[in-house]
Amino acid sequence: MDASVAKTGTEGNIWGGGQRPMGASYGKLMMWIFLASDSLTFSGFLAAYGMQRFKFLDIWPIADEVFNEVPFLEGVDLPMIFPAFMTFLLIFSSVTMVLAVNAGKYMDRKKVTLYMSLTILGGFIFLGSQAFEWAGFIKGHHGAVQTHGGKIVQVFNTDGERITLRDIALPMGVERETLERHKGTWFSEERPLPTVSIEEVKAGFQADESLLIRLPNYDENDQKIMLSREESLTFMNNEAADVVEGANLKRNEYGPPLFANFFFFITGFHGFHVSIGLLLLIVTFTNVLLGTYERRGSYEMVEKVGLYWHFVDLVWVFVFTFFYLV
Amino acid sequence: MADTIAQHKNEKRKKQVKRIWFVFWVMAVVTAIEVLLGIYRPESLTIHKLWNMSLLNWIFVGLTVVKAYYITWAFMHMEDEHTGFRRTITWTITFYVCYIMFVFLVEGDYLYEVMHNDIMIWDF
Repeated sequence: MDASVAKTGTEGNIWGGGQRPMGASYGKLMMWIFLASDSLTFSGFLAAYGMQRFKFLDIWPIADEVFNEVPFLEGVDLPMIFPAFMTFLLIFSSVTMVLAVNAGKYMDRKKVTLYMSLTILGGFIFLGSQAFEWAGFIKGHHGAVQTHGGKIVQVFNTDGERITLRDIALPMGVERETLERHKGTWFSEERPLPTVSIEEVKAGFQADESLLIRLPNYDENDQKIMLSREESLTFMNNEAADVVEGANLKRNEYGPPLFANFFFFITGFHGFHVSIGLLLLIVTFTNVLLGTYERRGSYEMVEKVGLYWHFVDLVWVFVFTFFYLV
Repeated sequence: MADTIAQHKNEKRKKQVKRIWFVFWVMAVVTAIEVLLGIYRPESLTIHKLWNMSLLNWIFVGLTVVKAYYITWAFMHMEDEHTGFRRTITWTITFYVCYIMFVFLVEGDYLYEVMHNDIMIWDF
């Protein structure tokens, strides 16, 4: 028998096996190690975002102008309100999660059930909110003009109100269809056409004396530069190349393409984490209902899933700061 | 004897729940301050700069770190873990994140300088 049992000579030492040198179970330790590596992924994303933002510091869009929509209140300018709501939602679902973990420590199945169901509810509302935010971001609000050099400029009136390009465009009676792959010869295609063409916008801009162009650059007072009417007209005639509505990975109406790319990647990656967290929560919740942990004599699984859920909240705290506040 | 143990446990639990709600209120107040500052953006904070970033942004970063501390320490109960465990996780991440942020942001600032002061014309 001796041959089949390996002796290391370290039995009894703290790292000799059969002990928990970190004072935590294997599963919990590994959850922490995973979260540590995952936080490095997120910090890599955020560091790349910060670097590109520093690079385009003088033309970066103002978050308050981009994220200013609240559901059921379309068209009202309410900056910060909705992201703040999402933040509170995640903090609150974190609190219910930690209460569930705490109740689990005392084998209080009823309270675990209650708090976990609240957490799952909060998670679903958060995902729905994110879907709303993405939908608004992709669809766009006002549209913008892209120059030949790729710069995004926006149209305002003399009162400083943002103008929707669709509203000022003068129809020219020219209908053009988007060239799709199955329509043309040689399988050529083009990107989807905006609802109004740049010629129509130019004509409308010329006709309305109150319209001005705002550059993406900042002046010395940290305000975006507004051109005079003459400058705006010259700019429109010489530089304007295309109309941009909404956002995709190639261009967007808010600012540099990277602004939308990082928004999609970072909030998308976070939303993916929330989805996975919800999946884990639902599996664990089912086990709570079935009494699995009651029989096992330990609610540690709730604690491990809780760690993951808090991590998702932790990441959102940083995303909130760097996308919506700074 | 059993009664006193149960009572003791009960008291401990009450204390823990109280601590959770205390942390919740800290987080709520900090977030509310952030949102209010984000909406009003007081000019006195935005014009003054520290290391090329406005004071307001430094405040946001500081408040975020406060929130991160409370989430990890109280919600993820890092405060109850062994010292060695705690340091394994937090020191590693803190060091790496500070390092990568420093390197990337310095690089981003360099790219900004190149694009504005170089002989190439940049129209993006």
